[in-house]
Amino acid sequence: MEDLIGSFEKKDNVSLGKMLKEVENQTPLSLEILKLSSFRKGKAHIIGVTGPPGSGKSTLVGKMCKKLATMDLRIGVVCVDPTSPFTKGALLGDRIRMQELAKLPNVFIKSLATRGNLGGLASSTADIVQVLDAYEMDVILIETVGVGQIEFDVLGVADTVLLVSVPGLGDTLQTLKAGIMEIADIYVINQADRPGADESVKDLNLMVKESGKREWSPPIHKTVATQDSGIDELIHDITAHKKYLERSGLWKEKRQTRNVTRLYSMIESLLAQRVEDHINREESLKAKVQDVMKGERDPYTTSHEIVDRLIAKHNSYQYGG
Amino acid sequence: MQIKVVMAKLGLDIHWRGALVVSRMLRDEGMEVVYLGNQFPEQIVDAAIQEGADVIGLSTLGGNHLTLGPKVVQIAKEKGVDALVIMGGVIPEDDIPLLKEAGISEVFGPETRIESIASFIRSEVNQSIA
Ligand SMILES: Nc1nc2c(ncn2[C@@H]2O[C@H](COP(=O)(O)OP(=O)(O)O)[C@@H](O)[C@H]2O)c(=O)[nH]1
Ligand SMILES: [Mg+2]
Repeated sequence: MEDLIGSFEKKDNVSLGKMLKEVENQTPLSLEILKLSSFRKGKAHIIGVTGPPGSGKSTLVGKMCKKLATMDLRIGVVCVDPTSPFTKGALLGDRIRMQELAKLPNVFIKSLATRGNLGGLASSTADIVQVLDAYEMDVILIETVGVGQIEFDVLGVADTVLLVSVPGLGDTLQTLKAGIMEIADIYVINQADRPGADESVKDLNLMVKESGKREWSPPIHKTVATQDSGIDELIHDITAHKKYLERSGLWKEKRQTRNVTRLYSMIESLLAQRVEDHINREESLKAKVQDVMKGERDPYTTSHEIVDRLIAKHNSYQYGG
Repeated sequence: MQIKVVMAKLGLDIHWRGALVVSRMLRDEGMEVVYLGNQFPEQIVDAAIQEGADVIGLSTLGGNHLTLGPKVVQIAKEKGVDALVIMGGVIPEDDIPLLKEAGISEVFGPETRIESIASFIRSEVNQSIA
């Protein structure tokens, strides 16, 4: 325990790596690490980078880090790979595109896989980000593939979300419009060295205009990540978005909302676990579940019965009944 | 427990595909493999620290293995990383004892079956936890 507090103070990469390993493996110690870090978090600017596979997210994250590192900032990177939802194994290759960062002492990169549990990916990402935040990283970048529900959840911890696309993907974006409009704070057309970049920018511009006037109107950037082109401008707008969040009070609000969301999701999963244990302990309840399975009993009545019974039982413990 | 492997090609062996092939096979064996591409010892150890690796896999076409391999072990020790270090690729038979003496846990030739690499890793990692 004291070792743990000590390593928060030391802030060296070796102890950070060890803590993150505990958290990633959800060891008993990880709960203590998370408890401690929850009071120390809240200062880092958390940036989500999402978009289709191959659009250049890792390359772009690498170049952004390189730039941020020259600004004397401490940077954490979390590469989240939701592509292997059903197997335990994973091949995580984002670091290959970030080789330039290997010699920078102020950049710390962590790769995360689903571990066969897609549903838990968002909370494990949030846990890792929290520890990095508590370790006083100034900026934390989260890279994740795609624009589906899982990414949406994973990016729930981000203050600023970049949607990375490539020229010619306009139609794809159109079909995903509703979700994307809500999630992206900055659009990036990467691989702008390929034909059709200007058209894509024009399309996106139209989409942003159509979505109506908002306090923060998402800017659109053209980049060529492989050639380091457009990165400075991008960072400039990321910083501008942070200032906007602070000015508008959203910076604080987002953090408070996130704290409560986390609390409720923890309550939910604890409850779900308790209910399951409860059912497994009582033969009569197991029989009811069997009946629902066969379609002989309706789930509406049964779910109420089970939950009411659990709560009644709990109350009788409470009041010594 | 989920086993996490950091896999790197030692130094500048750019044309060597073995590392990627082995990485894919270890993934299919249920491990998480973080692939680094070409890296030098210091950076390989740093990546292992950041990723919380249980295993460092080094791939080499030969030539640099006697200097760079032991260097990984040495730096890992200095920095307090207790990952298993294994090596694979084209390595002369005579050098294997030298590598093992330097702290490389096992050396696998190009003909090694993936099952034996995977089972070696499993038994060593489980032993170090117990
Ligand atoms: N032509 C071109 N290729 C790029 C650019 N950015 C990245 N790439 C390449 O696109 C491929 C996928 O990049 P990667 O960063 O791994 O994409 P990710 O899957 O979105 O993380 C790699 O071969 C990169 O070298 C760019 O701006 N222009
Ligand atoms: Mg990537």
